[in-house]
Amino acid sequence: MTYDKRFDGRAFDEMRPMEAKAGVIKRAAGSGWFKIGNTEAYAAVYGPREMFPRFQQNPEKGVLRCFYSMMPFSSAGDRVRPGPSRRSKEISLVTAKALLPVLDLSEYANSVVDIYIELPQTDAGTRCAGICAASIALADAGIPMKDLVCAISAGKVEDKIILDLNYEEDSHEKGVDIPIAMLHNSKKISLMQLDGEISSEEVAQCIEMVKKASDKLFEVQKEALKGRFRVAGDKNA
Amino acid sequence: MHDELKNQVGLLLSKQTRLDGRTNEQYREISVEYGVSKNAEGSARVKIGETEVISGVKMEVMKPYSDRPDAGSLMVNVELNPLSSPEFENGPPSILAIELARITDRCIRESKAIDVKKLCIKSGEKMWMVVIDVCTLNDAGNLFDAVALAAVAAVTDAVFPAFDGEIVDYKNKTSDKLPLSKTPVSTTIYKYGDHLLVDPTSDEEKVYDSRMTVGVLEDGSICSLQKGGDDAIEPDIVVKMIELAKVKSQELRKNL
Repeated sequence: MTYDKRFDGRAFDEMRPMEAKAGVIKRAAGSGWFKIGNTEAYAAVYGPREMFPRFQQNPEKGVLRCFYSMMPFSSAGDRVRPGPSRRSKEISLVTAKALLPVLDLSEYANSVVDIYIELPQTDAGTRCAGICAASIALADAGIPMKDLVCAISAGKVEDKIILDLNYEEDSHEKGVDIPIAMLHNSKKISLMQLDGEISSEEVAQCIEMVKKASDKLFEVQKEALKGRFRVAGDKNA
Repeated sequence: MHDELKNQVGLLLSKQTRLDGRTNEQYREISVEYGVSKNAEGSARVKIGETEVISGVKMEVMKPYSDRPDAGSLMVNVELNPLSSPEFENGPPSILAIELARITDRCIRESKAIDVKKLCIKSGEKMWMVVIDVCTLNDAGNLFDAVALAAVAAVTDAVFPAFDGEIVDYKNKTSDKLPLSKTPVSTTIYKYGDHLLVDPTSDEEKVYDSRMTVGVLEDGSICSLQKGGDDAIEPDIVVKMIELAKVKSQELRKNL
């Protein structure tokens, strides 16, 4: 079998339309919104603030905590029960690890930076969208950062290597999904997972595809952050 | 605990103004947007000033409860996301989340706005379970009114998914709307000393004496009440609060 034409008609290396904003949640120290196709993520940063429970404090530097959550009505199938699940806890963990390499928390001893990610609408690629939104939120909160983290999935359906899988492709019987988070400047990888069966050459091809995509993601994130400061300059100066 | 703030709010009210310059009975700008989450059977985004909530309806086919074999069921759940306020935490639902959900639930259920008999597919065997989840995005005060408005808005937006008698096909939506015969709106009146006001900001919410949440239908009849806050209220003030809620509910309803 060959996968001649993508379900939604995109080119094999084409991403879904993207939109992003910064500063969307006023109560937070910083926030971001990122939409790719029909997958939509909000991220809010609170802190640095005092870490509770206290035994989790690190006297040498600040701690980063992530909480990923899908809104109960966000999924294509049944209602998602609120509260943490095995899946959401694992995604929270790998999201924190994806963001940590760009952060400098050395000034925040005994404190915590909390990132909350909420998805009102999903169509695959939720952890990547969450990371893109969180990256915007961290920059918006003014947490010292060396780089932005850009995340997107690549993979394979039947015989074709593809970028930015949607739900139909992700759940395809012969689909392989590889979510990847990349630090924009260094092109280092801070998140990589895979499910499905694929050759190592094809994985290398996927990484190349994500490298190119990360530049586009970065532009969208950067514009969102610039937009934030334009508004601030106009209204609150 | 918030003595300074309380004095400030009181002082401003005696001069007929508030922290943000509004009058007592003035709402912030309200907006309602429908169809904001494609996978939900119905959804809405409500903004009151900087307060923002998203609600969605999900429908599942289940076995009816044994005490109501010929009726479907309805549930309202409120998620106070830690994303929306530094005061909200992860973990089991807080008492505020439960109160918000219960008040909204009663407002929709007790108004009989949704005919639950019409949610029964086959008596004793299959019924529609309608779950309305309201998630907060930014809490800048007055979640009571925002949550209830969002819940009702999502219900008015909702359509049944395709159902072949065995399996629900969530990808295919029908054009059948939920059987909604009335639109209840919930309005909360706050009491500060001798003053009554609506739509408090987060700061004003910290220092009120008492509140009354009133569910009102189109014809002005009352479908739910909840007294909150620490102080007791004189009966004639209660009547005043309900009357004010009736007037203000029309303003809220216009946004649906």
